[in-house]
Amino acid sequence: MQNHAWRPLAVVIGAVALLLSLRAVVVPSDFGVNGENFTYGFHRKGAIDDWRAVTVKYKGKEYCRECHEEKVAENLSSPHKVIECENCHGPALGHPDNPEKLPVDRSRELCLRCHATLAYPQSNRAEMPAIDPAAHNPGQTCPECHNPHNPSLEAM
Amino acid sequence: MTTSRRKFLKNTLAAGIAASVPLSAIKLLNPAEVRASIGDGKVRWAFLVDIQKCVGCGLCVKACKNENEIPYDLPVSRTWVERYVVTKDGKSHIDSPNAGRDGFTSTKVHEDDIPAEDITKAFFVPKLCNQCEKPACVQVCPVGATFQTLDGVVLVDRKWCIGCGYCVMACPYGVRFFHPVHKTAEKCTFCYHRISKGLKSACVQACPFGARQMGNLKDPSDPVTHTIMTQRVGVLKSEYGTKPQVYYIGLDERVR
Repeated sequence: MQNHAWRPLAVVIGAVALLLSLRAVVVPSDFGVNGENFTYGFHRKGAIDDWRAVTVKYKGKEYCRECHEEKVAENLSSPHKVIECENCHGPALGHPDNPEKLPVDRSRELCLRCHATLAYPQSNRAEMPAIDPAAHNPGQTCPECHNPHNPSLEAM
Repeated sequence: MTTSRRKFLKNTLAAGIAASVPLSAIKLLNPAEVRASIGDGKVRWAFLVDIQKCVGCGLCVKACKNENEIPYDLPVSRTWVERYVVTKDGKSHIDSPNAGRDGFTSTKVHEDDIPAEDITKAFFVPKLCNQCEKPACVQVCPVGATFQTLDGVVLVDRKWCIGCGYCVMACPYGVRFFHPVHKTAEKCTFCYHRISKGLKSACVQACPFGARQMGNLKDPSDPVTHTIMTQRVGVLKSEYGTKPQVYYIGLDERVR
């Protein structure tokens, strides 16, 4: 073969070789079709493990019960039993090692999330025991009168 | 070229028969499809939202943002709660202040105070990633950074995402956004780190009223699956053909 044909061919072969060797270094070995098919499953397999390894921050009421048996028992006998402790107390991650850390939300706004009157007929919101925040002791926080763990009005 | 009348008619008939064979009959079987049909993957996650049960407290949004480290005060969220107030003049008033993170405590919708007597319909609609069976966002990713797991959850590879934003544009439900810290595409993962450990997702656990539930569609004894299979449920924007896997009880035509 003559030089004018051979030389550019060598350049092309070199470029392809360079590209392939670069790709072998840059692309992780677990990259490929790991899901159902190429369209939806072409990815780095390790990405799934990355997501599995994310830290769980909200532990749930059973976790709180391990130390706060009394409080949880009181709460479980009340209409507020459906509410997770961490909804008001914040996520429990790291709390047993550093008990001071949990910031308790005692604001009016927290209670008003459910208990501000909204007469929305196609929503259970209309059935909630509710108040008008502008008329019901404005300026005071709810726990001053109501026990958030067991808010029954008879117990007041 | 010469051809006889007999040969011409014979060929025409043969071509006609060949063309009428359905394309699916001669389609090559994809190994992954075979694997799926013989039951690989015993889990297919699905979400069920009961609109009647949602009271708009927004505790789900609060829990999601904390659990998944979405900057709390920035206007981005993996899940959000919309309020729909339909008045007697036929107008829809829709809002979702701070993604519903602080709940709905006022009768004001976008500065309009709507008195109870003007309302014909009003309800809350929690929204999140639909984890579509045919996700448009995955199809458009040019680098393979977003994908669907075998149990049906669409994830983003933060190490591989180049931040081009095609997926943010492609999602018909607007659930994707840029993570302000990681600078990559971000979306609801159904709390993959929790559900793969047998826990409930943060929003499902935080919901006091059971308005949000999650189940395994491949388990017929799962109560959520049972509800999806036997009750009147709807999905959002079915016309896009993405086959969303978040099912709603009590959906209204105004919800899109």
